[in-house]
Amino acid sequence: MRNIWIIAKRELASYFSSPVAYVFIVIFLLLMGFFTFMMGGFFRYNEASLLSFFIWHPWLYMLLVPAVGMRLWAEERRMDTLELLFTMPITLSQAILGKFLAGWLFLGFALLLTLPMPITVFYLGEPDLGPMLTGYFGSFLIAGAYLAISGMTSACTRNQVISFITSVVICLFLVLAGYPPVTSLLLKWGAANWLVEFAAGLSIIFHFESMQRGVLDLRDLIYFGTLTIFALFTTAIILRNRR
Amino acid sequence: MLRRLITVHKEVKTGMIKAQDVQKWFGPNLAVDRVSFEVSQGEVLGFLGPNGAGKSTTMRMLTGFLPLSGGKITIGGHDIEEEPIAAKSIFGYLPENAPAYADMNVQQFLAFTAAIRGLSGQAKDDAVEKAITTCHLERVRRQSIDTLSKGYRHRTCFAQAILHDPPILMLDEPTDGLDPNQKHEMRELIKDMGKNKAIIVSTHILEEVEAICTRVIIIDQGHLVFNGTPAEMRAKSTTAGTVVVRIQGVAFKDFEQAVASLPNAGKPSLTSEHKGAITVSIPVRDNKKKDGLAAAVKALLDSRNWAFDELHTDSGRLDDVFRAITSLDSAKEADQ
Repeated sequence: MRNIWIIAKRELASYFSSPVAYVFIVIFLLLMGFFTFMMGGFFRYNEASLLSFFIWHPWLYMLLVPAVGMRLWAEERRMDTLELLFTMPITLSQAILGKFLAGWLFLGFALLLTLPMPITVFYLGEPDLGPMLTGYFGSFLIAGAYLAISGMTSACTRNQVISFITSVVICLFLVLAGYPPVTSLLLKWGAANWLVEFAAGLSIIFHFESMQRGVLDLRDLIYFGTLTIFALFTTAIILRNRR
Repeated sequence: MLRRLITVHKEVKTGMIKAQDVQKWFGPNLAVDRVSFEVSQGEVLGFLGPNGAGKSTTMRMLTGFLPLSGGKITIGGHDIEEEPIAAKSIFGYLPENAPAYADMNVQQFLAFTAAIRGLSGQAKDDAVEKAITTCHLERVRRQSIDTLSKGYRHRTCFAQAILHDPPILMLDEPTDGLDPNQKHEMRELIKDMGKNKAIIVSTHILEEVEAICTRVIIIDQGHLVFNGTPAEMRAKSTTAGTVVVRIQGVAFKDFEQAVASLPNAGKPSLTSEHKGAITVSIPVRDNKKKDGLAAAVKALLDSRNWAFDELHTDSGRLDDVFRAITSLDSAKEADQ
């Protein structure tokens, strides 16, 4: 546990010692605001809720989270520090969890900076607190799942661009899986009903929807947990075999 | 009191680093083939080999970075694959090219490695301070690592390796990129630490071997081709045992004739001629009986009353031996 925290601290310090963290936070907040107000029609809904805010999270994260995760292992490979890290008395899982935790905390911090949004809503009306809390929680879980996926692609390569593009594609699939274009394509290919349902079940949007409405379903929690742990586990296998 | 005296007089630990039939395959290529050796406390082992011979690969297996394809490695009695944490906590490692986290400064980086090594609080600060002093990093302690010169970066990574005062050190090309003064200092440091640590130094600089190593192993195309002391290595040289003599006022022809009467002398050759003084080297005919040659030459000179101002036996040259026992084409196999 101590080692996980030491690694996480080092990683966090390296985010903030370079412009990456600040650029990320500024762009994240700008885009959040733009999508919520201009695209989401926050005022047009004329209701005190964050629906038009949360709905964009899976899409924005799709581009922004891989930008945070792409450097996790690719940078270590490129700078040869991987050799240094893995000849220290720490286990592989401590290294993976430490780095994941650092990225997740950073994304959580960026998410916290959107707090003026709910404050505004509270100022304007009398919103329901429950959906807001579960919405934030769900958003944080999505960030974690995407981060684990981009960490996994980062472990495959020393090239951050490749890592970025690959994880964007995987995240895009997870977002689109539940949408009609994908499901109807699968049906057209003659896929069995259960397979189409399985693909739709993989969709981030589908599992995030109920959370936006304030419902905390165990199945959704299991979905995000499984997705994240699977990606972290795959990272371990990749790192073990590709040193 | 007596008891204390006994514990102070510690036994030398043998086999601190132990490699047994170590093998490494990269796909269909055998990079390291059944290499075995041991390093004990108080030894500085020079690990030699041409580029691409498998030096770094072996170092990476010793330090647990690369898995073994066969064989067994123990570090201080701990198997590197079965008890990696115990094994990794008792050595310090300087990897090739001295990697370090570019976005940290020297002090932050050393504090991070100290923390990972399990140090905290005052012990951590002391260890970092001591490493900074030992490696002369005071001037750059707050400088970001990516702005350091190569020499400083190298020393920062070296500081990381010795910070926790480990009983075992593994150094991959420790003087690479240092200037002559820094090289000298680094060698003195390694020699000094070698008195009570077990150290393995991979290098392809032969003068380094002469300067610091108590034993040498040479690896070529993945095979161990030599294991002995630097003196033993030198003795394998074809020039080992050759007697070099500088005499005044004697013609080379006369000298050549006189030497022909010595039983163990080969055909002498003239190496230089300057103001009536000639320098001649006389190789030994039978390498096993080389010790008597210098005495025989001296007796010959005395009996003829020839004045000499130099007479010595060549102890052989490491680079001759290195070239003779390693092949040229191993450079083609890329260092994996």
